[in-house]
Amino acid sequence: MFRAFGKRILHSNFEVRTLFLLVVVLLIVFGAILPGKFLTARNFQSMAFQLPELGLLAIAMAVVMLTGGINLSIIATANACGIVIATIMTLTVSRDASIAASIGPFVLSVVAGLAVSVLIGVVNGLFIAYVGVSPILATLGTMTIVEGMSVLVTRGRVISGFPELLLTLGNSSILGVPVSFLIFAVVAWIVTIILERTPFGQSVYLMGSNVVATEFSGVNVRRVTVLLYGLSGLLCGISSLIMISRFNSARVGYGASYLLITILACVLGGLNPDGGFGRIVGLVLGLGVLQMMSSGLNLLGFSAHLTEALWGVIILLVLLVRRAKVDWFPGVSRNRKRETT
Amino acid sequence: MALFIVALGTFLTFSTADFLTVENLFDVLLNYTFLGIMSAGMLVVLISGGIDISFTAIATVAQYAMALHITERGGNLLLAFLIAGAVGIFLGSINGFLIDRLKVPAIIVTIATLNLFHGVLITVTKGRWIYGFPEWFRTAPSLMTISTKSGANLSLSLPIILLIVVYALTSFFLKRTTLGRQIYAMGGNPDAAQRIGVDIRKMKVFVYGLMGLLSGIASVIQAQLVQTVAPNAIVGRELDVVAAVVLGGASLAGGTGTVLGTALGVSLIAIMGNGLTLLGVSSYWHQVFLGAVILISVGVTSYSQRKGHQLRQVQVDVEE
Repeated sequence: MFRAFGKRILHSNFEVRTLFLLVVVLLIVFGAILPGKFLTARNFQSMAFQLPELGLLAIAMAVVMLTGGINLSIIATANACGIVIATIMTLTVSRDASIAASIGPFVLSVVAGLAVSVLIGVVNGLFIAYVGVSPILATLGTMTIVEGMSVLVTRGRVISGFPELLLTLGNSSILGVPVSFLIFAVVAWIVTIILERTPFGQSVYLMGSNVVATEFSGVNVRRVTVLLYGLSGLLCGISSLIMISRFNSARVGYGASYLLITILACVLGGLNPDGGFGRIVGLVLGLGVLQMMSSGLNLLGFSAHLTEALWGVIILLVLLVRRAKVDWFPGVSRNRKRETT
Repeated sequence: MALFIVALGTFLTFSTADFLTVENLFDVLLNYTFLGIMSAGMLVVLISGGIDISFTAIATVAQYAMALHITERGGNLLLAFLIAGAVGIFLGSINGFLIDRLKVPAIIVTIATLNLFHGVLITVTKGRWIYGFPEWFRTAPSLMTISTKSGANLSLSLPIILLIVVYALTSFFLKRTTLGRQIYAMGGNPDAAQRIGVDIRKMKVFVYGLMGLLSGIASVIQAQLVQTVAPNAIVGRELDVVAAVVLGGASLAGGTGTVLGTALGVSLIAIMGNGLTLLGVSSYWHQVFLGAVILISVGVTSYSQRKGHQLRQVQVDVEE
């Protein structure tokens, strides 16, 4: 698997290669200034615990960005899903129920929660594909309404008290690798397969480049859109599982600051916001860059807000480098679409 | 849109005793001056074909700079507006420059600068709140004050005057000046605009600078209303402003939108919030209603556009 991953990076595009370089540079720099602290198993484990929530949400954003869309409702969807799971779970099982006793309600609540998140995604898709609303507005609307309903249902309160089984998802590890990270890796891999190896995925990339041409080549564009936003919703749901497990509670407003960060992670990961270009492997590397910066700066004793500022800087720098490459070597670019405008 | 607001207003007038009173309307107006002024800037940005997410961070930085200066060195209201406005223009111009230079969608650049501005501000200030403003900052000057029978004082205070002035100037600027028309042209078709001699770079710096200026002005008004400056009070409300302007008929694709529409969009949100409160609907419902209004409004607009488009195509077919 590692060889395949390495090969994929080597044969990938400019964006992915620069990111890989950036990851290596960060590893060396932080390793040098923080000897014995950064390049340790413990630090890597803690990074692997922190990455999956944002990572899954970023993939949820990425899949729709490939068609040139955007999903502003990801956080609202994740919280709604978390609230559904938490409500059913706390109503049916007591906090100290054994694992065997909580399996039934666990499955039930997770299925219900994921169904809600898929439903929200499908509603987004229907508005975009059949009513013709632009993605940013449709998802802004569902974001507002879903968030409002979540507040209405919970009255803004925190729902907590989960059985052991749910807590293991976000807090335990197998052979030193966090379970949540394994979930993230598997999901990222499956989404990559869907996008790069199936007709559905090919339609997604095609639509990002030229919707009209895709429609005329016989792809049911509307169906693909609805399915894709449904998938995006599902990914939010999976992320919420990990999120409520880590917080041991569900509430409206968890992870609110992630929304705009996921968009940045996607762009940093080499996705073209106009659609058509970008790969999940790039996104994963981009997330790695953000996570390493945040952990490294934290170990150095800087505040989280400085990290926020430096994330902004690194993204602007990466965009500047990509732009400079286009200016200096106009012929080599794979993303020729932007330059013609 | 206007009809809908009138209908809503009439309904509220008959179903609640307090809606159509001068006090209430003035209160609503005062509470939404901040959102209103920001919306005017957002309208210009949307017309130019861009979007700005970072203006809340710009407003916060401008507010903080202004508050620091007047609490420590003193000054007057004009100076407060000048400082906030200058900071706003400066940061906004950075946005405009970056958007033009990087050739990346404005939403990406401004999210990055939102993180940058806000992160730096909190790091530098350590998240400290500012209060204890000088006396002159606590009482807003007003042109005229009328006392109603019930004893409340109504005043045409500075925030309201500023809101009206900003809307009037923006409207004049967009409709009657060459620069304003060029902004429409740039939003409608950037390539065509460039060919007829519009300097896209200058225009972008100008548009985002204007957004920064208005954010700065709005931030002073907000500080004056709540009498505290908190580094995280405004950030997070970016999408509210976008929603208000879009409800007012501006298109995210650029090239369309009017000041009147934006004013109506802001009024709709204001009247709806106020009306629900007066009707005794729990505040938990407000956001659900707002979301529903956004979805219905943009849904109806896009659906009718799509239908209109299809009809035109049919007509062309018939003519051929």
